[in-house]
Amino acid sequence: MPHDPEGAGARRPLLRFLTCGSVDDGKSTLIGRLLYDSAAVHADQLDALKRDSQRFGTTGGDLDLSLLLDGLEDERQQRITIDVAYRFFSTSRRSFIVADTPGHEQYTRNMATGASTADLALLLVDARKGVLAQTRRHSLICSLLGIRHVVLAINKFDLVDYDAAVFARIAEDYARFAQALGFASLPAIPISARRGDNVTAPSPQMAWYDGPTLLAHLETVETGGAQVRPFRFPVQWVSRPNGDFRGFAGTVAAGAIAPGDAVLAMGSGRTTRIKEIVTFDGPCERAEAGDAVTLTVTDEIDVTRGDLLVDPASRPEHADQFAAHIIWFQQERLVPGRVYWLKLGPRSVLCSVTALKHRIDIDNGAHVAARTLDLNEIGFCNLSTNAPLAFDPYAANHDTGAFILIDRYTNETAGAGMIAFALHRAANIEWQALSVAARDRATQKSQEAAILWFTGLSGAGKSTIANRLERKLLELGCHTMLLDGDNVRHGLNRDLGFTDTDRVENIRRAGEVAKLMGEAGLIVITAFISPFRADRQMVREIAAPHAFLEVFVDTPLAECQRRDPKGLYARAAAGAIPNFTGLDSPYEAPETPELRLDTMGADADTLADRIIAELRRRELIR
Amino acid sequence: MDGARRRPLPADLRQLESEAIGILREAAAEFRKPVLLYSIGKDSSVLLRLALKAFHPAKPPFPVLHIDTTWKFREMIAFRDQTARRLQIELIVHTNQEGLDRGINPIASGSALHTQVMKTEALKQALDRHGFDAAFGGARRDEEKSRAKERIFSIRGPGHSWNPRAQRPELWRLFNTRLSPGESMRVFPLSNWTEIDVWRYIECENIPVVPLYFAKERPVVRRDGTWIMVDDDRLPLLPGERPELRRVRFRTLGCYPLSGAIESPAASPADIIAELRGATVSERQGRLIDGDAEASMERKKREGYF
Repeated sequence: MPHDPEGAGARRPLLRFLTCGSVDDGKSTLIGRLLYDSAAVHADQLDALKRDSQRFGTTGGDLDLSLLLDGLEDERQQRITIDVAYRFFSTSRRSFIVADTPGHEQYTRNMATGASTADLALLLVDARKGVLAQTRRHSLICSLLGIRHVVLAINKFDLVDYDAAVFARIAEDYARFAQALGFASLPAIPISARRGDNVTAPSPQMAWYDGPTLLAHLETVETGGAQVRPFRFPVQWVSRPNGDFRGFAGTVAAGAIAPGDAVLAMGSGRTTRIKEIVTFDGPCERAEAGDAVTLTVTDEIDVTRGDLLVDPASRPEHADQFAAHIIWFQQERLVPGRVYWLKLGPRSVLCSVTALKHRIDIDNGAHVAARTLDLNEIGFCNLSTNAPLAFDPYAANHDTGAFILIDRYTNETAGAGMIAFALHRAANIEWQALSVAARDRATQKSQEAAILWFTGLSGAGKSTIANRLERKLLELGCHTMLLDGDNVRHGLNRDLGFTDTDRVENIRRAGEVAKLMGEAGLIVITAFISPFRADRQMVREIAAPHAFLEVFVDTPLAECQRRDPKGLYARAAAGAIPNFTGLDSPYEAPETPELRLDTMGADADTLADRIIAELRRRELIR
Repeated sequence: MDGARRRPLPADLRQLESEAIGILREAAAEFRKPVLLYSIGKDSSVLLRLALKAFHPAKPPFPVLHIDTTWKFREMIAFRDQTARRLQIELIVHTNQEGLDRGINPIASGSALHTQVMKTEALKQALDRHGFDAAFGGARRDEEKSRAKERIFSIRGPGHSWNPRAQRPELWRLFNTRLSPGESMRVFPLSNWTEIDVWRYIECENIPVVPLYFAKERPVVRRDGTWIMVDDDRLPLLPGERPELRRVRFRTLGCYPLSGAIESPAASPADIIAELRGATVSERQGRLIDGDAEASMERKKREGYF
């Protein structure tokens, strides 16, 4: 081994921790203090800090260390922390990455963000106030995100006369509360971030405290789990520089691997052996959790990005339905049934929440019945994906058990999830193999099965055109079925109302029925307002592989109100019908429908003929 | 190949290296046409090494882009061209020709306008012209306060603008790489590295860097409390100003009239690390562009600066 000037081999791995606490508990001041005392603040930054302290400071002319951290203009002006900030400092024993997360309640998502990569949480409490609702909330989030180590830093001891009794009371309070949260360690340390007591140097004011300083604790705490975990390797990139080489690049998520070891590819279900562990610095004898490497295998097996290579003796779950905790990040609420992208490691699939079991009240951990999740709420859900996923429970492995949900229209990160367990419903209800195929049924009718999904405002003319169309198709000898929104609501969907959640379910059921009829070989015409883009996309996917034509019956709202064939607009305007589409509930017009029918320029007959022409053009009918 | 590794990587650097490699692979897999922004500086040198490592034995599946303001140190340009030849990578060099034609330069136009036109605008031009949907940069969160709040995958709106309040939450090692029309992504694999980490890595890995980082006698003039190197005859000397030879080096490199040198005897990565451990001046102080206005980096970033 070459000479190592830093004693680097012995250097500890990085410690990532997050700081959390209520507003004004002094989080930013404490991190500022750690940076300042560990000499991570340089002379020019200090000059700027002195200027800023005079201008924005809240410490009456003393250095306001919190100003080292608040980086965005809005934050400095409003004297609040809005966003997660990452800070870095190191001592001779260890390097630290600190996530400073805001204490405001509405920023739960930022706390979860900081917690997701942290090994330890530094929880601040004001000695004058003790354990607050926010403290409990943050502890619950840390526990849910799988943080095992907590430090309770009881701050502002200078303001309670360095009183030992205060420390004993708060430390005991917290230990009692945190019992149920499963932390492996949770020492309490009395400090004053502003004065520096017990932060990096022992406090002469608190001789009664005989534990380590905060920094000494952070430098020495062991957070790595000692347990040996089975090998997991999510394939990020398939490397094929030439015909001779085929390697799978990724980062070992758990366990270890060596040439000759057997691995199972969860995608194809094939087992092979590791030929070589390839790196830029030469082949390796062994790779372990955290190592970014490229693996070659002894057999030609089908492996693509998103596959998971695993220890064949200890397999992960493999299912298309599972239960998970979800933290919601979007203004737009989570609606069961709606389809989102789910990204787990390098794998992306479509998914929807099939059932919201309960919401978690983060003040006390209680399970509360809920039908949707709002911004910053946490729920426990069943999810269903469009393809089976290989995963581990989050508690066993964060890399193979955590996912994010992405809105398919805005591309926003809508939520984050942690898998609890697989649901084996898909395995229990096997598809009944049918000996007559959908295609056979359609061919017998001399047509292709198709779904014509009409959408438009109430009174736009959907039912009128749909009826005319079905009559014409019948005359052409086609086999059809018309599903009308109002009629379906009288029977199949009579248990549903008009809330957003019920509207989604209404459309989902209609989509499933249309699909079954498509399998019968029919041309299905549906006439539902179906106001939400996401829901129409959902039925389009339900309907696959049948031909699906979105038909937008485009009539201006004013014209619909004028026609008002069922008198609904008049009643809604009088306040008798809440959540009426176009009035107090939105209609999201299709962006790229297969057909757009402008009812102002043509009558129902002409428009029905246009649809028939389109069906012929697509060779769905003769 | 660059020189062989001399020292085993300490555990913390190994962690940072693996994280950066994972980020490079993820972006290469998810984006249609990524590019690596190469500034010729030490961070770019590390980034380039990490890109070689991430895709070995293949070459990185993206080209390297340098925005040339025409005011870089001559040694930087020589190093850039030599590096591209040595590593056999595809190098794209882009200069804002309209800016040149308008006579924009750091001396007459001032650093703010020069940076805006020849760096920010030039970068946007190059990204748009080649249709790159993602660009890797070597920025680190320890450089500056608004950087500390930037994501590793940082989404840019139409016109490459950065909206700090519309950043996507970034959890675990899961990155939302989806783009809407007009959007692009900036990707920062070195987000969690510090200046010392970069030098420790350069030392352990024996990575070549521009010699301007190391102390040498250079012709300089004293301006605004810092040393400016007289790299060519385009730098007008003020009355009574005479270049003198000083043993100086640079902590960051950019356009030479805007890059302040420090007096230092540090002549190797090891010297620099030792110097940094006792450093009392932060890295960006040598950059004249950051001091232009309060929160100036955040403003530049909102406009599309790296």
